Amino acid sequence: MKKVYGSAAEALDGVLSDGMLIAAGGFGLCGIPELLLQAIKDAGTKNLTFASNNAGVDDFGIGILLQTKQVKKMISSYVGENKEFMRQYLGGELELEFNPQGTLAERMRAGGSGIPGFYTKTGVGTQIAEGKEVKVFDGEEYILERGIVADLSIVKAWKADDTGNLVFRKTARNFNPPAAMCGKVCIVEVEEIVPRGSLDPDSIHLPGIYVHRIIQGEHEKRIEQRTTRPQEEK
Amino acid sequence: MPWDRNQMAARAAQELEDGMYVNLGIGIPTLVANYVGDKDITLQSENGMLGMGPFPFEGEEDADLINAGKQTITELSRTAYFDSSMSFGMIRGGKIAAAILGAMEVAENGDLANWMIPGKLVKGMGGAMDLVAGVGRVIVVMDHQNKAGESKVLKDCTLPLTGKGVVDRIITNLGVLDVVEGGLKIVECADGVSEDELRAATEATIV
Repeated sequence: MKKVYGSAAEALDGVLSDGMLIAAGGFGLCGIPELLLQAIKDAGTKNLTFASNNAGVDDFGIGILLQTKQVKKMISSYVGENKEFMRQYLGGELELEFNPQGTLAERMRAGGSGIPGFYTKTGVGTQIAEGKEVKVFDGEEYILERGIVADLSIVKAWKADDTGNLVFRKTARNFNPPAAMCGKVCIVEVEEIVPRGSLDPDSIHLPGIYVHRIIQGEHEKRIEQRTTRPQEEK
Repeated sequence: MPWDRNQMAARAAQELEDGMYVNLGIGIPTLVANYVGDKDITLQSENGMLGMGPFPFEGEEDADLINAGKQTITELSRTAYFDSSMSFGMIRGGKIAAAILGAMEVAENGDLANWMIPGKLVKGMGGAMDLVAGVGRVIVVMDHQNKAGESKVLKDCTLPLTGKGVVDRIITNLGVLDVVEGGLKIVECADGVSEDELRAATEATIV
């Protein structure tokens, strides 16, 4: 089965539909599927729901789809870096469902693992628990959270072989594996596609079974908060 | 003189013991890393890293290596990377010994509010709800009073909660308090702050 496609637009062809739920990897601007997001913008798909930890910044990441009003709803843990997001949210144009960060990650992992729901202590006694089933285990309260199964996952990895085995780099791994797992279709963009056999099988971070389409491309990899020490301190 | 930010961070660092895996929040908690001295502490960054190192030298920033505050950082010889579900698995699973975080309000029953003010811009809870529900010990570091001079150490939180009954110890510019049966217990006063002054600045019940 051929998984390698020539471009983000080709990989998305026939997959996108208005109103779909998309799970996206990335944390802040680190490890986001920037090429696929741009291609979704170009495709003009509308009324999208994104399960993504963050919403990008105004002109990068999911932010570019907010500018074009292609997003109907965000399922996120933190959206503080995006003015256009706030404007649309406060204006009632955009729905927002806050999930605790670990709950969001586990919802994706569970959804991709055939687990429709799980109990967690996170959020017990807070607004997050409102309307959710509470169950006591060993004397402690837990709330029921649902697994997420997305129509499409868009993910960024460092390297892939042509069978879709993935290797991530440093903290750019973040939400990418759980996001990849929960999609009915998973499209991955990488910096380099390598021949099969050249990745160490013991060092694969996510096996290709979760990956349906792969593209290679140039990434901007924008830094959100550049914090440094002066060279003189070396 | 009440403690300043660095003195509060230094006091919080005394809570850490050799061998601990610890998560530090944004703000004053981040400064705690400067005061761990020779103790063997491994810092977790909940975006998927154990063994967080200092900021990189100018020109050596790596877009693939950031902390939970989205700042560029470095790795150490002990560093391990993992995905977000494993990261919160170790948090929720009680593997992280302690979290040191800031707060808007803490109540005498250990309730914590630090993620939203109704009617104001809400940015989200990030990983805070998972951390306070899961880690072994929750230590809050914050100013004792708000800018209007009102106590942030309350009988009941007025803001939406981050966690219910989750706080173990509160370190403020005025001293250190523990959450115990029936209220808060004074552990120590900041240098030059009397117990009477600490009590007067605190709305919560002190037992």
